[in-house]
Amino acid sequence: MSRLEARELELSYDDRLIVKGLSVAIPDGEVTVIVGANACGKSTLLRGLARLLRPQGGQVLLDGQAIGSLRTRDVARVLGLLPQSPTAPDGLTVGDLVGRGRNPHQRWFAQWSESDEDAVTEALRRTGTAELAARPVDELSGGQRQRVWIAMTLAQGTDLLLLDEPTTYLDLAHQVEVLDLIADLNARDGRTVVMVLHDLNQACRYADHLIAMRNGAVYAEGRPEDVITEDVVQQVFGLQARVVPDPVTGTPLVLPLSSRHRRSAGQP
Amino acid sequence: MTARAVLDPPTRDRQLLRPVGLACAVALLAVVVVVSIAVGTKAIALGTVLDALHDPDGSEDALIVRSLRVPRTVLGLAVGAALGVAGVLMQGLTRNPMAEPGILGVSAGAALAAVLGFRFGLSSPEQTAVLAAGGAALAGSVVYALGSRGRQGASPVTLALAGVAMAFLLQGLVSAVVLLDADSLDQFRFWNVGALADRGLGLLRGAAVLLLAGALLAVVVARPLDLLALGEETARGLGVAVGRTRLLAAAGSVLLVGGSVALCGPLAFVGLVVPHLARAIAGPGHRWLLAYAVVLGPLLVLVSDVLGRVVVRPGELQAGIVTALVGAPFFVHLARRQRLAGL
Amino acid sequence: MTTALRPQVSVRADGRSVVLRRGRASVVVRPPSVSVGAALLVALVVVGALTLSVGEFPVPVGDVVRSLLGRGDAGVDFIVLDLRLPRLVCGLLVGAAFGLAGALTQAVARNPLASPDVLGVTAGATAAAVAVLVLGGPRTTALPVAALVGGVLTAVVVFLLAARRGVVGVRLVLVGIGVSATLQAATNYLLLRADITQAQAATVWLTGSLNGRGWTEVVTVGVAVAVLLPVALLLTRPVGVLQFGDDTARGLGVRVGATRSVLVLLAVALAALATAAAGPIAFVALSAPQIAVRLVRTPGLPLVTAGLVGALLVATADLLARRLLAPTDLPVGVVTAVLGAPFLLWLLARASGLAGRP
Repeated sequence: MSRLEARELELSYDDRLIVKGLSVAIPDGEVTVIVGANACGKSTLLRGLARLLRPQGGQVLLDGQAIGSLRTRDVARVLGLLPQSPTAPDGLTVGDLVGRGRNPHQRWFAQWSESDEDAVTEALRRTGTAELAARPVDELSGGQRQRVWIAMTLAQGTDLLLLDEPTTYLDLAHQVEVLDLIADLNARDGRTVVMVLHDLNQACRYADHLIAMRNGAVYAEGRPEDVITEDVVQQVFGLQARVVPDPVTGTPLVLPLSSRHRRSAGQP
Repeated sequence: MTARAVLDPPTRDRQLLRPVGLACAVALLAVVVVVSIAVGTKAIALGTVLDALHDPDGSEDALIVRSLRVPRTVLGLAVGAALGVAGVLMQGLTRNPMAEPGILGVSAGAALAAVLGFRFGLSSPEQTAVLAAGGAALAGSVVYALGSRGRQGASPVTLALAGVAMAFLLQGLVSAVVLLDADSLDQFRFWNVGALADRGLGLLRGAAVLLLAGALLAVVVARPLDLLALGEETARGLGVAVGRTRLLAAAGSVLLVGGSVALCGPLAFVGLVVPHLARAIAGPGHRWLLAYAVVLGPLLVLVSDVLGRVVVRPGELQAGIVTALVGAPFFVHLARRQRLAGL
Repeated sequence: MTTALRPQVSVRADGRSVVLRRGRASVVVRPPSVSVGAALLVALVVVGALTLSVGEFPVPVGDVVRSLLGRGDAGVDFIVLDLRLPRLVCGLLVGAAFGLAGALTQAVARNPLASPDVLGVTAGATAAAVAVLVLGGPRTTALPVAALVGGVLTAVVVFLLAARRGVVGVRLVLVGIGVSATLQAATNYLLLRADITQAQAATVWLTGSLNGRGWTEVVTVGVAVAVLLPVALLLTRPVGVLQFGDDTARGLGVRVGATRSVLVLLAVALAALATAAAGPIAFVALSAPQIAVRLVRTPGLPLVTAGLVGALLVATADLLARRLLAPTDLPVGVVTAVLGAPFLLWLLARASGLAGRP
């Protein structure tokens, strides 16, 4: 059963077709990670799933209905989104920014209900940004800023979360922290997560369901250990690599072979 | 990825298009120059025009060609190029597609100085020119000084806002003067539309210094402006002296606009439309933009001037009126086709 | 919601705003907005009192109040209620309308240089009005109508030209500039054709003037503000979210295209009516929102504050315009620019990290 689905989806920027007749079903209650080489259309697919792009052909279905036909406000109560490099006006405070996540739940006569308050407090707590609440967003470090934006998406309180490269700008420790947070949101609250990640090994670790894209289409999908093989890495990324079990998690670990090291890495 | 690659995606189309387009534009400009000398309110045969150029016989026709049509054509070339280049500088500096050379309050400063001249009897063309150039320079300097007092120096938005505020302030004063003195209004309304006719070449010699200095500055800042388009921090990282670049670009623009306002009054719209036109063909690199602006600016001004002479014979429409009438539809068309890249 | 429910008051996590709650209803109040608003209101009352009292026939403030309460003597009543009050109220309303229209336009365009001017309203109204003045016609009746029609028509043309796959801010602004420039050229041409008296009359109108404005103008602009302001206030939240960019706004459930269109229509209606009533008073629409932002120091564009600033700017300017060169009555537009510009420049020069916000 899938609440979010794409059928024969075609997406384009201006006249350039990026996603070509792609069908995919996002499994409910799982973490889906989209991977692929640069410019393979993974961010475009995510934007299409989040109804930011109008399909050229095919459709995106949310709970069985074409997402374009639903009121965008109703969609926003079910599906939250973190764009790739979001911008905030200068001087906006963290509390204000995270509060904006409550927009789809607010009315002109109910500008700040107790559930708004609770959701924001909880989002700040979960992301560890509560003590930043009164600080202007533009004065934060890259890692803090990313966590604050995730907090905004959390405050939206949606069952589905779409995240476009949530670990950009973060150091390794903060990357793990953010990904653990996302995994936790999935495990504890049962939220469905779809995200685009660059790091294949992180993708394998955190994905329940992996979608490998090539050239605007799904090349392979399934459990990471089924999808990530040396052949798929070669096809999707054009990269020769060894794939071994991750000593920590047992998921596939991709070790690239560069031309410099290929000779010495010939044998295990 | 290098800075150039970001700015100019190496599409083969554009690499071919740029030099070819520029050559076409130059050829077109040459034709327009000839037409501008040959066509006028008074019909003069082409043969007579050519004779007048290389072998003046002292006839009335020869006089018209040599002392009226040639100067206004040369003027159109100079002023068009100056305004086009100034527009490129201002849009590169403020990274605001709405920016035009007047945005630093330069045109308004020139207008106020000119109007004060009319009011107090300093109204010969030479006096008006000197006053206008001085007013332009003064207003531009004050705006830059005010706009760059903020914490991060001359931030584009602060600068643009300061310029607009100054422009409104000066325009208010202009209104006050002309409302209280009908004679000033009468002279002002003719100066204010901008025209190439009856300005003579004597003024051009004086203004040439301003224009050449401005052009030199434009060449100097072309490359730093390319880098500045990548964002202030990236530019700094790549070794651009951001503050100095902005100062030089602003100074160049003020010199160019001051010089051309002195010559022809404010020619509406040239400085705004030409950079957009250039960008649509040449892409975002500033050296190509400047090259195109130097050609497209005069093209717009001269075509407008010729049209103005022809459409309402035996009268004339001032070039400043026609530049807007010709340039604006072009501009709207570009805006609709989304070829006006954001800055 | 019973009256027994006491409103709850709490401070929000950002530390800058206070929430009032009563049952399911809740309102967010920002103390800086409230105090700035109060200060502006006080200033408005002071300027208003001065306006009614100062003039060729000075009326003591006490007598002004008595007239306003309906207990003045006939001569004073005539000066205060029939001559000065309508002009004052007209100025306040026109200023508020311009300020509000400016804030809405800047929110849509996400560009601090935008004002209804760039939507073509001013250029269209001006060209139409100058055409009426120069080409002759029953001036008093035709002028406001022509200006209104010209302004709205031009804005519609700009909007239609810019509307391709949704109205994008930058495109709207650029198309507006282009169309405006064309009309500006036409206006200049008309001015050159005119004789000097016509040119003078046109210049007065072009500058914007409240001279001789009465209850007719008050009613038209007043109704517009009364109807359109609440609509604008309902849109405050989406306006705030729009500042985050289209993707985030859409993700948060804002119908970006529709919201933008409504905002533009509101701005056009307000600006066109105000222009028809008093001419294109320079600088108010552009500066009022920017001044408001820097006074309130909250992110986003404070709509109400912008309206109040606009009203104060026009009322103060008109007071000065009447008295500076008395008995010569300067058009108010001369003074708004001369008064507003240095203030904005001062705010800019003083600007801390808050500068440069759209």
